[in-house]
Amino acid sequence: MKGKFRSAKNRLFKGMVIVFSLVAITPIMLIVFDLFQKGIKQINFSFFTKIAPDTWDAMTALNHGKIIPGGILNGITGTFLMVSVASLIAIPLGLLIGIYLYENAEKRYAGVVRDISDILQGAPSIVLGLIAYFWIVKNITHGFSALAGSASLTIMMLPLIIRSTEETLKMIPISIKEAGLALGVPYHKIILRVLIPTGFSGLTTGILLALSRVLGETAPLMLTALGNPFVNFNIDKPTSAVPLLIWQFYNDPNMVNLIWSSSLFLVILVLTLNLIAKQIAAK
Amino acid sequence: MNSEKITKNILFIASLSLIMLATGMVLTLIQGSIPVFQKFGLNFIFSNKWNPTAGREQYGALPFIVGTIITSVLALVICLPLALSTSLFLGEYYKGKMIAKIIGTLVDLLAGIPSIVYGLWGFYFLRPLIVQLGFNAQGYGIFTSSVILAIMIIPYATSISTEIISLVPNDLKEAAYSLGATRLEVILNVTIPMARSGIVASYILAFGRALGETMAVTMLIGNSNVIPKGIFDMGNTMASVIANQFGEAEGLKLSALIAIGLLLFLITGIINGFGKFIIKKFA
Repeated sequence: MKGKFRSAKNRLFKGMVIVFSLVAITPIMLIVFDLFQKGIKQINFSFFTKIAPDTWDAMTALNHGKIIPGGILNGITGTFLMVSVASLIAIPLGLLIGIYLYENAEKRYAGVVRDISDILQGAPSIVLGLIAYFWIVKNITHGFSALAGSASLTIMMLPLIIRSTEETLKMIPISIKEAGLALGVPYHKIILRVLIPTGFSGLTTGILLALSRVLGETAPLMLTALGNPFVNFNIDKPTSAVPLLIWQFYNDPNMVNLIWSSSLFLVILVLTLNLIAKQIAAK
Repeated sequence: MNSEKITKNILFIASLSLIMLATGMVLTLIQGSIPVFQKFGLNFIFSNKWNPTAGREQYGALPFIVGTIITSVLALVICLPLALSTSLFLGEYYKGKMIAKIIGTLVDLLAGIPSIVYGLWGFYFLRPLIVQLGFNAQGYGIFTSSVILAIMIIPYATSISTEIISLVPNDLKEAAYSLGATRLEVILNVTIPMARSGIVASYILAFGRALGETMAVTMLIGNSNVIPKGIFDMGNTMASVIANQFGEAEGLKLSALIAIGLLLFLITGIINGFGKFIIKKFA
């Protein structure tokens, strides 16, 4: 009798685990499905080649039952500009710090650097926006700017790259490095010719994940890059970004249809980067 | 100086730059918050009055601190059964199976969806649902935000705990099976006690994520600057008040927002540090 009860409980629990796990993955499917269903009809050639429409054009098109003209070119170029500039600083610096931590793993000072990197990784992105506002917007560009946006994204990317670099290098067999050292190869060549090529896929994965993390960031850019109705490649001028455009469309009742296509575009971009990164890591 | 030394110095300087960056961030936040602390002292933290009207300016962060803690705790409570089930599904019941790979990838993808897209989905999908269920009239509020936050932190709560659960040694589990234990009994008496610290740590880190989330919460919480009386009330969090009121902020108000940023940075830093400490201690 007792045995029956125990096995019933056992089965009930397994059932609950399965049900709750399915509940946990339902949102991602609902979100992606929703975005495709509502967003796909706005995605066409001009979506990628034209700047965002003004609210008047959008309203006229809506009243005539047409799709909204224009696209998100100013957002795409802005995101590209800011993420590129952030990568230019965060990738090399993150690699160097990661290599330092790997080489000096046992030192107390390295432990401090590692802890600081972890704290930065947990810092809310909006706080990074505040910092970039004070450093760049107020003191360097004297106005909202792409540079300030890049600065906040750089601080976000750094700890991600540092961590993945250190973890990747730790997995490389020490004998490979020692073989190089025994041959008298200079230290910088060990890094460039041995560590980086051997750990290449791991390093790439870390960088791609860091990129996919900052691509969708909105909050820090609201405080730094602000937005721009036109395509802008000036690093010291306000700049739009895809997530900033989504925020702008969200706040304008005439633009609602554009929310879905822009979100669909952003999500596909981020998830593709994610999946590529995982694919590389799996190899 | 030989090339060996140059390389070592470059690596060291890179690591030093991270420490300078973090120190600079904290100093900037402290410097920015000085005016508001000078005017209100510690009352800034314990007062619930937030009034930006010129001449009668008064700033107290308590409503936002309370709002942040309630939304994040509630999110963790909602997330807990889902995340634990998913971890058991991936790390115990279907470990190494194809279905676990698929579910695991889907859960990972949850982390890739940008915050603003969660906000949109919450606004257009979840909010009407909450209205229909009759929880409150507009669908905005603490509860709506917490549900979205719970979904957002599932991947953070599952990642480490899944790994730890799957690392529980088989011979321990088999010993329990050989005594006639059911799978549920093995999970409750062997797997979870063995993996306890890892599970707790991953929930702490997920909690830290929830504390700093900005966009999704800003779009759903209703942005009312008073202490919420219940979970279906509207409220505001520290991150969302910064995002919301930064645009028109100057002088004392700006200082108040920076001070909130400083508090948020400290709280998330402490929570994350605590999580890392548990991992280190029991690893």
